[in-house]
Amino acid sequence: MKNRTYNIKALLIATVLSLLMIVLVFYGSRELQNFDAALITYLFGTVFAFFGIVYRYTVWLQRPPTWIYFKRGVCFLFTGKVFSHFWFASKETVSNIVFQKFIYPRGKYRWMAHFMIAVGCTSAFLITIPLTFGWVHFTMAPNSISVYEAHFFGFKLMEFDLDSVMAFMTFHALNWSSYMVIFGAGYYLRRRLTNPGLIATQTFEGDLLPLILLIAISVTGLGLTYSYEFMKGLAFDFLAVLHAVTVILFLIWIPFGKFFHIIQRPAQIAAHIYHRVGKQQGMAVCEHTGEEFATNLHIKDLKMLTKKLGFDFDREDGSSHLDLSPEGKRSRLAQAHLKARQAGGELFG
Amino acid sequence: MNYTSFNKNEEFFVDMQRCIGCKACELACAECETNGQESMIHVNYTDRAATVQTTVQVCMHCDDPVCANVCPADAISKDEFGIVHTANTERCIGCSNCVMACPFGVPKKEENYDLMMKCTMCYDRTSVGKKPMCATVCPSGALFYGTKDEIQEMRPNSTPVNTFFFGKEVVNTKVNIMMPKGSTELIIY
Repeated sequence: MKNRTYNIKALLIATVLSLLMIVLVFYGSRELQNFDAALITYLFGTVFAFFGIVYRYTVWLQRPPTWIYFKRGVCFLFTGKVFSHFWFASKETVSNIVFQKFIYPRGKYRWMAHFMIAVGCTSAFLITIPLTFGWVHFTMAPNSISVYEAHFFGFKLMEFDLDSVMAFMTFHALNWSSYMVIFGAGYYLRRRLTNPGLIATQTFEGDLLPLILLIAISVTGLGLTYSYEFMKGLAFDFLAVLHAVTVILFLIWIPFGKFFHIIQRPAQIAAHIYHRVGKQQGMAVCEHTGEEFATNLHIKDLKMLTKKLGFDFDREDGSSHLDLSPEGKRSRLAQAHLKARQAGGELFG
Repeated sequence: MNYTSFNKNEEFFVDMQRCIGCKACELACAECETNGQESMIHVNYTDRAATVQTTVQVCMHCDDPVCANVCPADAISKDEFGIVHTANTERCIGCSNCVMACPFGVPKKEENYDLMMKCTMCYDRTSVGKKPMCATVCPSGALFYGTKDEIQEMRPNSTPVNTFFFGKEVVNTKVNIMMPKGSTELIIY
């Protein structure tokens, strides 16, 4: 088979979904009536990022181990006690995706910083993407000079007084996101520059650049507000271009770099559902220690998966090395070593 | 991983028959910065009902790591020195595929963190030319890190082996196990 550097299935899916998105931009902005032409570069960046994300996600899903979790996760969700599964998945989504609770035991401050970045980025995405697409736009209420209306897909969503707290909070929403991202990313940047373990293993493009980009986006974004609020618009044009450059760099980096973990994370829920259903189906017992160590489902799938990937841990009697727990495997290795030493005539050579 | 002075002439040599179960390596392992102060080395009884013999296990850093192959999240990578790194914290989904598939029983799932962690041969130290913590404290010579010449001088009646047979599967590793002189492999089954 010819070795291709691209994946046709992924290319097709990503192209179709990106085109669909452009169609949605067209109709969502009421045939570009509500589209803000000043944001055109952001639109290109977002569509490119979307294409890249879908492409990489589709390639990723096609990997045998990923496909097992995806297939089993979806299958388990829709079979048997569907409501119970959905309730479990919803709880998992809130605790692991919304609150990222698994980071808390790794460090209280790590969790706080990560949570701040997550809230800051998510809120910024939720605000800027619909604005860029022309899905959300603001107008003055008819026959009024003090009431503002927010529209979504051309439909009126809400209205508020221009000098209300609501207006202040809404117009500065991206500033609140920026502050959170700066605090969070600042903490992680400090950690990456001082923790010896991280210094030893990190790379600039993989670990430092994403943090620098986040901080650059937030600082230049805040700069826009500071410029028109306190500096009479000083350097506004320059800041606007600089902000656009950092954001677009960030967008096109999403599919390739660290930010892709945002897209990958829901797989954790599939893994949790998989283990939950596996436990209900029964546990595997290690033939060496005599103790339960994993679910039967997991071991059965792993035997199939390793074979598919070109590894064969089958023994002559038809059993498998994978029937042993990690401790069992270590002990069997040591016993084989002892046997070899005994056969060699000396326990210590 | 950008700027390292990894000493390519030094290797890891394990001789589990020499393990006395003192667990000095466990304590030393927790000093490794790449583990975040968690001990990753394994010391366990081989068969407590029959013997007091213990065994010690570090990551063998396989040429074609099964753990990385079965990882659904692309969280495990191998670098240019042959070091198989611990799970990338932002990618690992805590599924335990690697824990159950590793033929040497090395990766650990930290349930609290929902994260797999494993020995990285003390990458914070080896990447700057130092020796792994466990090998520097082992009092019985079960763990040794140095050059092939050094180990040959110390153990003239042994040969380092890095080929392992697990049934039909042949696994080649970066880390060596000390075997009777002239051995070329260790057959587990």
